[in-house]
Amino acid sequence: MKHDAPAPPAIELAVVQFKPVKGDVRANRAALEAIFAQVAAAGPPNIIVLPEACLTGYFLEGAVYELALTAEAFAQTLHATWAAAGGAVPVEIACGFFENDGGTFYNSALYARVGGARPEIVHVHRKMFLPTYGVFDEERFLSRGRNLGVFPSAFGPAALLICEDAWHSIMPTVAALKGAHVLFVPSASPGRGLCGSGELESVARWKSILRAHASEHGVYIVYAGLTGFEGGKGMAGSSCVISPGGDFVVEAPALDACILRAQLDPAEFEVARATLPLLGDLASVLPDLWFDAEIPLPKRAAPA
Amino acid sequence: MTEGARVNGVHTAGPPALVPVIEARRIDPVAALAIDGPMTAKWLEAFLRDELLGRRGIGRAVLGLSGGIDSAVVAYLCARALGPQNVYAIRMPYRTSSADSLRDAQLVIDELGINAQTIEISDAVDGYLRAAPDADARRKGNVMARMRMLTLFDQSAKLGALPIGTGNKTERLMGYFTWHADDTPPVNPIGDLFKTQVWALARYLHVPMRVIDKAPSADLEANQTDESDLGITYAKADQILNLILAGYRDATIVARGFAWADVGLVRRRVDGTHWKRHLPTTALVSGTAINEFYLRPVDY
Repeated sequence: MKHDAPAPPAIELAVVQFKPVKGDVRANRAALEAIFAQVAAAGPPNIIVLPEACLTGYFLEGAVYELALTAEAFAQTLHATWAAAGGAVPVEIACGFFENDGGTFYNSALYARVGGARPEIVHVHRKMFLPTYGVFDEERFLSRGRNLGVFPSAFGPAALLICEDAWHSIMPTVAALKGAHVLFVPSASPGRGLCGSGELESVARWKSILRAHASEHGVYIVYAGLTGFEGGKGMAGSSCVISPGGDFVVEAPALDACILRAQLDPAEFEVARATLPLLGDLASVLPDLWFDAEIPLPKRAAPA
Repeated sequence: MTEGARVNGVHTAGPPALVPVIEARRIDPVAALAIDGPMTAKWLEAFLRDELLGRRGIGRAVLGLSGGIDSAVVAYLCARALGPQNVYAIRMPYRTSSADSLRDAQLVIDELGINAQTIEISDAVDGYLRAAPDADARRKGNVMARMRMLTLFDQSAKLGALPIGTGNKTERLMGYFTWHADDTPPVNPIGDLFKTQVWALARYLHVPMRVIDKAPSADLEANQTDESDLGITYAKADQILNLILAGYRDATIVARGFAWADVGLVRRRVDGTHWKRHLPTTALVSGTAINEFYLRPVDY
């Protein structure tokens, strides 16, 4: 572009592929502190993204009632862990946890600013699509969220999608239409399907879904996967960052705890949207689709 | 158009040129069972390390090495995951067991350099059978299987090593095992692999060809083979099982090239053995019944 405005700075990102010990919050918090120390020592990022159910493990069954926290308590845990790790500057953290909201339980993800005087909760997303089939049993123990919010992050408007949330194309579509530039996806996905060529079938499916979302809507996708085995079910890690053009910026293996470092670049975001303006096309066509009487949507009452 | 074609608005003489027809690939039940050997081995080794070292802090594994393909593959996986010096193979022959079984197990022991011991179970089994002279071959086989389980768990306590299971998915689904014997070890790396997938993994792991190629046998009776006991080949049973578990109806499976008799045989074996894949049935009388209301995962 031929103008002299300075390029907006890229945002530094760290994605932590975490391997928890089931239910041992104390040990997991110590492990996270060590990882935070490593992240801080290498140059603190603007944003750190962690997986779903990060400090407890995913398959808890009834133990979710023993381990769930309020959002405030979980934000305080992240804040204290970052401080104990020597995090000297504030950082934004996205992280999954089981939430206890006065006796109603959710599979939630928090977006918080920590490292300042006190933790600041920016947003809490409660998982909307609770997998309750096959190996999954979430809705037996948890309530589902009712809202997909967009909130401010260091990279601009952002949304959180937790695991199966991201398998429904309407979720990134709504998030993008509401203005999100980046989607953070904390996840815990048991790997399955061995007939692929060097990659689990479930991982290949995840990647194709995420790439399609990113390139259709011109958004960055930051996927943080839990790793390690839980009672024989191997969480398939494979954390990654995908550009708004649909390309992998960085990828993790399935089975190892690790830290990914990457940049979210506003220039890449702008170019991707300008090159393939599908989101703008969707916004203009959407009313014709949305108000199609053949779609079985409940009719909203007319405003008084 | 019957007398020619119109190309770019110009009518040409003769029939239009044929364009290629591209056929969709047919569904291949064999290909559906293919596994990626290196990826599978790596995944199962990580599972073993997580289960033994990570979750339990136990660095040693003990397994019954029969000379067959299943326990050989598990021995290879354990040796790769934990180091051969930490793997203990126990051979537990009965007096009628095939000499080939001992020899084939030795091939695996020598190839891997794992620890090995042979413990005869004949005296223990015969000691019991003296009190049960009417026992038929089936009961004797169950006694032998349970004696091997008893031996394996005692060796586990002696060695400080975790017993590792060697049952495959096919025999688990067909109920072709002794309940609370072959299925008792707390960790099993191959229990979600069909028999044909175990064979494929064995080839990747370079298990001795003699072990791979021989007819699978429980070796409880002379000249016994699994496939004659089951009445169907593993190759066919695995394809049918895979389709049944995927949710296809019998008529669909038959339409895909399998005989009604084979589908019925497999279906009956699966449906008749669900109980063997569960813990004992407990009468529920409270709102806190274990594993019904009180639900905690195995690794919690």
